[in-house]
Amino acid sequence: MKIVKTKAELCNGCGACMTACSKVLYKVEDPEKSAIRVKKKSEAPNSYEIYVCNHCGECVPVCNVEAMYQHKSGAIRVKADKCVGCYMCVGFCPNNVLFVHPEINEPIKCIACGSCVRACPTGALSFEEK
Amino acid sequence: MTANIQEMRMAHKLLARMDYELGKVEKGYTNRTLYINLSDNTIKSKPVTEQMKEIFVGGRGFGLWLLWNAVTGNTKWNDPENEIIISTGPIGGITQYPGAGKSLVVSLSPCGSVMDSNVGGHFGPLLKFAGWDAIEVQGKAENDVIVYIDGNKGYVTIEEAPKEDVDSHLLVEQLTDMYADSEEDKRNIAIVSAGRGAENTLIGMLNFSFYDVKRGVPRLKQAGRGGIGTVFRDKKIKALVVKYAGVKGDSNGPADKQKLINAGIKLHKEIHDLDKLQNRMREVGTAHLTEIMNDYDLLPVMNYKYGSHPDAVKLHSEVFKKYFTQGMPDGCWHGCSMACAKAVDNFTLKTGPYKGQKVCVDAAEYETIAGLGSNCGIFDPEYVIEANFYCDTYGLDTISTGTLIAFIMECYEAGILNKEITGGLDLRFGNAEAAMELIHQMGNGVGFGKIAGLGVHRMKKIFVEEYGADPNFVQDIGMELKGLEYSEYVSKESLAQQGGYALTNKGPQHDEAWLIFMDMVNKQIPTFEDKAEALFYFPMFRTWFGLNGLCKLPWNDIEPADNATTDEPAKVPEHVQNYIDLFNGVTGKNITKEELILQSERVYNFQRIFNLKMGYGTREYDIPPYRSMGPVTVEEYESRAERYDNQLKEIGYDIEGMSTEEKVKALRKYREDQYQKLCDAVYKRRGWTSNGVPTLETVKRLGIDFPDVVELISKHQ
Repeated sequence: MKIVKTKAELCNGCGACMTACSKVLYKVEDPEKSAIRVKKKSEAPNSYEIYVCNHCGECVPVCNVEAMYQHKSGAIRVKADKCVGCYMCVGFCPNNVLFVHPEINEPIKCIACGSCVRACPTGALSFEEK
Repeated sequence: MTANIQEMRMAHKLLARMDYELGKVEKGYTNRTLYINLSDNTIKSKPVTEQMKEIFVGGRGFGLWLLWNAVTGNTKWNDPENEIIISTGPIGGITQYPGAGKSLVVSLSPCGSVMDSNVGGHFGPLLKFAGWDAIEVQGKAENDVIVYIDGNKGYVTIEEAPKEDVDSHLLVEQLTDMYADSEEDKRNIAIVSAGRGAENTLIGMLNFSFYDVKRGVPRLKQAGRGGIGTVFRDKKIKALVVKYAGVKGDSNGPADKQKLINAGIKLHKEIHDLDKLQNRMREVGTAHLTEIMNDYDLLPVMNYKYGSHPDAVKLHSEVFKKYFTQGMPDGCWHGCSMACAKAVDNFTLKTGPYKGQKVCVDAAEYETIAGLGSNCGIFDPEYVIEANFYCDTYGLDTISTGTLIAFIMECYEAGILNKEITGGLDLRFGNAEAAMELIHQMGNGVGFGKIAGLGVHRMKKIFVEEYGADPNFVQDIGMELKGLEYSEYVSKESLAQQGGYALTNKGPQHDEAWLIFMDMVNKQIPTFEDKAEALFYFPMFRTWFGLNGLCKLPWNDIEPADNATTDEPAKVPEHVQNYIDLFNGVTGKNITKEELILQSERVYNFQRIFNLKMGYGTREYDIPPYRSMGPVTVEEYESRAERYDNQLKEIGYDIEGMSTEEKVKALRKYREDQYQKLCDAVYKRRGWTSNGVPTLETVKRLGIDFPDVVELISKHQ
């Protein structure tokens, strides 16, 4: 499967990836509802960190209700109807790449669709084999 | 549904039905309770008043208030007027924070006192989401009944149910199958049940189920203490069943969900990072305590005579870890990343009615390991797991069962009991086979099990009156107070913990205060005033969990990395702040840590006064058996001679030439006197009279000066 890989040094902080992601996931343009997050690292120009899921799967056994699962594509996904919004997966994520929003019950999670990669104007994101 | 289950369901006879409007949970409350009377098949809705919420908060507080209004001072546990009330509390049912799905059960106990028991499983939260802050069951049915609450369709039924099994592991599986529409639907069912042993003893407990989606089996958590399972079967309740589909992160209607999210994720991260370095709750649950207690001489061995044993290594957590299924979800409510509820899958039973069958055992917690194991001198993990299984399915409290068998074994070895009395059971310490047979006899209400099942308090009387036991000896070694068997810690060397056990509302249970390390090991509370302050703060703080549907464990069985550097590490200040955030986040109120204690103080004092109403609740009921305070026998003294000799020297005795008997006596005089001084200090700090009754001033300050409360305590001022 292909996952999103990052080269943070190329990021200019434009946020296009977050907008594209939230549009795919929740049909809104809202970085707070995106599964990829760009955060400023320091005051230096173009100093950013990019957080996005690498589909390691550590969250799957943490989930008690089998909402977190491995899709046939290989991606780790959330079944929204099963999720009880406990966010154990968020706290146990080794890379801090699951996000929450008070209006959304389930954790906000990358589905490995690649839309953020397509939206990125600088080449900071790429879609590559895991 | 299999043909067998179909047949069971067809045999149900509908006795009553009430349809209701599905409610909405607003800021942690549905604002109504469900009242059931099994004598006349009444089902009705009762309003929750603002006063109830303000003074009693929820959970145990609601239970006590509803029970207070249902019984008189003359009501006995088996009168129809007695009730069983189950309520979670305003925070109960949130999914974002570990340990937030507890149910609190309140009833008049066969022990005599007003009992409360804190239990996991999904019943309390699903009951609330079905539209009810509490269920209050009064009266007695003629034949076995099931109460069913459908929280999606909005109806409640009372159904006669003659064909299902009574033992919990079978009954819960049958009812889960019966009321679920599909495999997927099983997760929406939660059941309260007991077992045959709850009918045949006075130490019956309640099992609260939850469906373990990954294992594909219903699991059982226990409201163990105080015989409420016995009350349940006395009312001819086979089960209470609730069904609710649709649990989400906002099902509890929080005022400010973000507060819950922030506190929850922070704690999940702490548990993820630190549990493996601290208590390993996710790996082995409370079983990790066995080795710690053994190392510190606090593990009860042979009816609390000793605090450690060379064979205790056979009961250490590493041994149990091999039996526990690892990497499976073991939280008893959603969002509990502490996940201490361990299970042994595919355990083949060696004895009893289910011999040869493979079962999933919810086993084993520390109290069960220490009670059924070391305290009976039995160091066999497979015995502990098997005994744990049978206690659970029979509906017997493992703590009371362990402590009472330990008492019987000491009486047997002391010659008070013999094979003639026990029906051939050779109940020496360490005899696992005889102990297992006794558990089966208790379950079935036959043989010596009929006497054992009455509990230590009643056995003491029988052993004196019928078998000629020395009343002073059985009083000293019978580890019960207020009718309840002690839980599994040796408190001899910690005066504060002697009070922690004996100055409790419901009896000697460590859920109010566990002060042994603070007192004995770390020596942080040296004076009477220090101990009294601890015996004020911790019981009040821990009462609060029971008002809100919370578990105690995520408070201090995981600690923030910098906890030791805070002002008061024993209180775990950061977690106290989490709880304040949870309460305010759910209810929209704005309480402080001082108001948190005040909320508890109201309910705690009310419960003390409730005991007074029932004929207890004064100083004479706060005096523990001497086994919990010091060495009763010469062999016990000699097992810790250096410690005891030093103490005698410190208090001015010249021990040269003193016999051990004289030393035992001298030490006892000193320790009993110390305990009385502790009582004086604690009563004063709690705002009670020297007889242990809350003063008029205290009840006025707390706003619980209802006319009947004032009338009652006025007689004792």
